[in-house]
Amino acid sequence: MSEHAGHAATPRDWARDALFLGQSFGAYLKGLVTPFNLIAAAILCVGVPVAIERFTEGLAATTNLSDDSPWGLWIGFDVLCGVALAAGGFVLASAVHLFGLRDYRPLVRPAILTGFLGYFFVVVGLCFDLGRPWRLPYPMFVSYGVTSVMFLVGWHVALYLTVQFLEFCPAVFEWLRWRTLRKWAAWLTIGATVFGVILSTLHQSALGALFLLAPGKVHPLWYTPYIPVLFFTSAVAAGISMVIFESMLSHRIFASRLGNHDPADMNRLILGLGKAGAVVLLTYFGLKWLALAHGQHWDLLTTPYGWWWLTEVFGFVLLPCLLYAMAVRNRRVGLVRAAGVLTVLGIVLNRLNVSLITYRWNAPERYFPNWREFVITITIVTVGLLTFRWIVNRMPVLHDHPEFGPAH
Amino acid sequence: MSVNRRDFLRIAGAAGVAGATSTVAAGSAPATRVSDDWMGMLTDLTLCVGCRKCEWACKDANQLPGQQPIDAYDDKSVFERRRRTDAINLTVVNRYDPAAPGEQPVYVKTQCMHCFEPACASACLVAAFRKTSEGPVLYNENVCIGCRYCMVACPFEMPAYTYDDPFSPAVRKCTMCFDRITKEGGVPACAATCPVEAITFGKRSELLALARDKIAAEPDKYVNHIYGEHEAGGTCWLYIAGKPFDELGFRTDIAATPYPELTRGFLSAVPLVLTLWPALLMGAYAFTQRRDELARAEAEPGENAATEPQPGDHDE
Repeated sequence: MSEHAGHAATPRDWARDALFLGQSFGAYLKGLVTPFNLIAAAILCVGVPVAIERFTEGLAATTNLSDDSPWGLWIGFDVLCGVALAAGGFVLASAVHLFGLRDYRPLVRPAILTGFLGYFFVVVGLCFDLGRPWRLPYPMFVSYGVTSVMFLVGWHVALYLTVQFLEFCPAVFEWLRWRTLRKWAAWLTIGATVFGVILSTLHQSALGALFLLAPGKVHPLWYTPYIPVLFFTSAVAAGISMVIFESMLSHRIFASRLGNHDPADMNRLILGLGKAGAVVLLTYFGLKWLALAHGQHWDLLTTPYGWWWLTEVFGFVLLPCLLYAMAVRNRRVGLVRAAGVLTVLGIVLNRLNVSLITYRWNAPERYFPNWREFVITITIVTVGLLTFRWIVNRMPVLHDHPEFGPAH
Repeated sequence: MSVNRRDFLRIAGAAGVAGATSTVAAGSAPATRVSDDWMGMLTDLTLCVGCRKCEWACKDANQLPGQQPIDAYDDKSVFERRRRTDAINLTVVNRYDPAAPGEQPVYVKTQCMHCFEPACASACLVAAFRKTSEGPVLYNENVCIGCRYCMVACPFEMPAYTYDDPFSPAVRKCTMCFDRITKEGGVPACAATCPVEAITFGKRSELLALARDKIAAEPDKYVNHIYGEHEAGGTCWLYIAGKPFDELGFRTDIAATPYPELTRGFLSAVPLVLTLWPALLMGAYAFTQRRDELARAEAEPGENAATEPQPGDHDE
């Protein structure tokens, strides 16, 4: 407010500095013509009309959803995978602020930003799927289905979105140079982190618990009373792996912004995360077998779905776990990143297995998404990436703000 | 004060949102409240001739799109493929051809089963479904946000959605003609129309007795299974048949556990997490702070009276 006036003389200077990366508007526009932006523009050219079609023509015209398959790609990928992959925010924030792993501080802000944007675009994806998205606030203000796991998910995602916004506020206030607010926001950090961990524990597991009501529809190898714990544990693995994955992108794409972090230091952190990833994945691997033993479905392992289950558990849980362990042992950062990518793919596969691939596994007619559903999903991911880039290029996310020193 | 299971879930759920302190009363929940006054239906599949007049009557009573003259329902070609209930057909009849030559085909009418403890109601995040004191399970379009979790949850896959409606899509399902049966002498349209009286309307408790009597009287004609007596904790709609139900398109893997039980364990853990996590996490935080304090005191022996660091601004 009054503070930015002291730095930039006119709103125009402020805009040039804060919005146009220190360039004139014309130079900024010219700089936008890059291959990535051209691809993004092409995607939007297809995506926006399809989005309009979705909201004017309805779900039947734009999706392959049916009475038998009420949930499709938008729930299976955009919502379930989106939430799991955005778990890095709470994992890193609790590690640094609560458990005292302070050296991981440089990774907290990118993780929280990914978390916040991840959840934000989950809600955007959900709005495409809901029959009447304008009633999104109904569970909060109009009618309360308190016996529903979905009620818990709805509330917690809304609250967690708010918490993550608060957690990210210091970066926004530094960008805007609002010192007083920045100080207040920092005060909230511990409380927000604790609240964020509670909310994350509950809604990450609740997304799995949703499927507790679908015995006989979700394949028995994936349907288990342990599913809330499986979803939570795998979300932690996904969160850690996404932070690793992002650190790779951040390094390549936002190298200029990484000014005051030593690459060797960053490598040490990545190896540390890799170690955590190995431990979490090993736990998850154990839980998967525990769930199988609990359901006593050993006989199903020799069926085609059994082979698919083994593929998921060995190829996308144990394999990345071993890759993480090997990479950490041999101090190979590149291998940690490969394991991170494989883990992310594995969690995506798991969520799709539960919600789409094995859902109504014994039905004669199976759902496959309409091309428009893919277009909307790709468009949402693209807009998410553009937003992430826009923010990272302006706000102190990957680097400390020169006037504020190390981030909290 | 006795807290029944439903109230318990309500409390647990409310705590999950409000962050209220735990009211966990670990212990077994009282048995389901089942009312002998609930109305129900009994479909005797040995009587059904597949005339589909019930489909016509249903569409007529609910004023659904796609209605045809009653004669058009004689068309047998619809039996070529298995149909399910959808947004404009709240009940459908399917034909199950005999395995051996000489036997008669079996016609099966399906519609909402009106569970004692409906999965749809326990799934709905805006409480759009309710079990009425009369027995039918009703849906309230005015609060529905269209998440379709009810359709995922329903073990009988009965709720359907008007996907083709862009601006006011809604779930549609059988209401057991609630508006009719709550009037004196009212009978659901399908039961009133059935020319062979394959569908009987009455109190569910009496229909169960009737079904038992029928099976006992002609044990060769009926299989000894009343579908809906125990499935999903019991349903108001009951079926008896002359063939095993798994041969007639019925799901026979549905346990007797009421569906809300499936998420009860998870929901009762919610207040626990809300109560325990803050203590554990703040404990970890305090531990970390203390460790740093000691480390600092050790590093600077002169200043052992380290000031208390403020939350959130450590290291600054």
